[in-house]
Amino acid sequence: MQTSRLLEIWVGLFIALGLLALLFMALQVSNLADFKPDEKSYRLSARFENVGALRVRAPVSIAGVTIGRVASIGYDQSTYEAKVEMRIEPAYNHLPVDTSASILTTGLLGEQYIGLTPGGADEYLKEGDEVELTQSAFVLEQMISRFLFNKAEGEAGNAASGAQAKATPAAVE
Amino acid sequence: MLNIFQMLGRSALDVFRKLGRANLFMLYVLGGLPGLLTRPGLVISQLHSLGVRTLLLVGVSGFFVGMVLGLQGFNVLSDFGAEQTLGVMVAASLVRELGPVVTALLFSGRAGSALTAEIGLMKATEQLSGMEMMAVDPLWRIIAPRFLAGCMAMPLLATVFSVVGTLGGYFVGVQLLGVDEGAYWAQMRSRIDFYDDVLNGVIKSAVFGVVVTWIAVFEGYDAVPTAEGVSRATTRSVVYSAFAVLGWDFILTALMFGEG
Repeated sequence: MQTSRLLEIWVGLFIALGLLALLFMALQVSNLADFKPDEKSYRLSARFENVGALRVRAPVSIAGVTIGRVASIGYDQSTYEAKVEMRIEPAYNHLPVDTSASILTTGLLGEQYIGLTPGGADEYLKEGDEVELTQSAFVLEQMISRFLFNKAEGEAGNAASGAQAKATPAAVE
Repeated sequence: MLNIFQMLGRSALDVFRKLGRANLFMLYVLGGLPGLLTRPGLVISQLHSLGVRTLLLVGVSGFFVGMVLGLQGFNVLSDFGAEQTLGVMVAASLVRELGPVVTALLFSGRAGSALTAEIGLMKATEQLSGMEMMAVDPLWRIIAPRFLAGCMAMPLLATVFSVVGTLGGYFVGVQLLGVDEGAYWAQMRSRIDFYDDVLNGVIKSAVFGVVVTWIAVFEGYDAVPTAEGVSRATTRSVVYSAFAVLGWDFILTALMFGEG
């Protein structure tokens, strides 16, 4: 009887430990604790020319503080722009209507998030409003190609003017 | 020439016969599971020998695997200046892959082989036939509680493995190598999804639990009832379990994380 009691205690401890481990995973390791499908949170939308690698559930932050999450990303065929829906926590309901949104990157290679910069208007954004001022994601390839193109153009310009400079005295002679 | 085809055909038929036996066996055992509700003591004692006694092995291995992940990950990530994401790397690899797979391999070595040997020996010493003589169904009395206990123990063990491994990575990464503690946990929490990563890992380990325990009890029950037969069955149990776990892992990974 005594041994069976001890055995049952051990099994009980084992199961409790397993469940605690699952709880630890849920709260400490994964994002379940952050995931609040809060009905009180309000929706904002914004249109971007290019959302880059922005993903659903990416943070929406203001002054570096996360105040919401990206709820959905879609493509609007009428304007040829990406439409991003954000869910903002209800505590942060004093965003001026001329707030601007830009897609930023954490670190050089980090993930992308939406950074809001508040404006100076007296009215505040409400449920369903759209953030009008937006700035697209930084796309590395475009930046590089623009830089190279400018450089090549500059060099070509220099070379052309150099050739002209050389050619002019010859022409004078 | 024809002998070659005969050999091929015979081995193929043997494989199918064995698969068929294994499936019929499992159907019958599943029929015995509801009967266990009235006798939970049988399952509890098996949970003790399969689960509790494997716990130490799983805990120690998990801690070391986590520490190694921490070291290796730190070396690679620091080249890119991304040590901050060490926690993500450690937790993702543990929760998605290493936790379920390594635990299943350890479980088949520690508990599966013991199951096979025990049942095989019961068969060899005619204890199973003795039970039938007493009108006790050995499949329901012996196999069903062991099967159920194995299926219950595996997900719990795999979860413990992942958690201990995460702590091992924390120990090496944060305490020894100086990764920022807040970054370790916060990055992990923001990147590891409960449903996509943690729950899929638990499902994986539950599937592995069924597969490993099934192979172990079937090999024991199907063993040739001699000393040599039992030893072969034990070897087969571990080898087949390893193959089955790795194969299923690929299939499940493709299904769960395939679309990425």
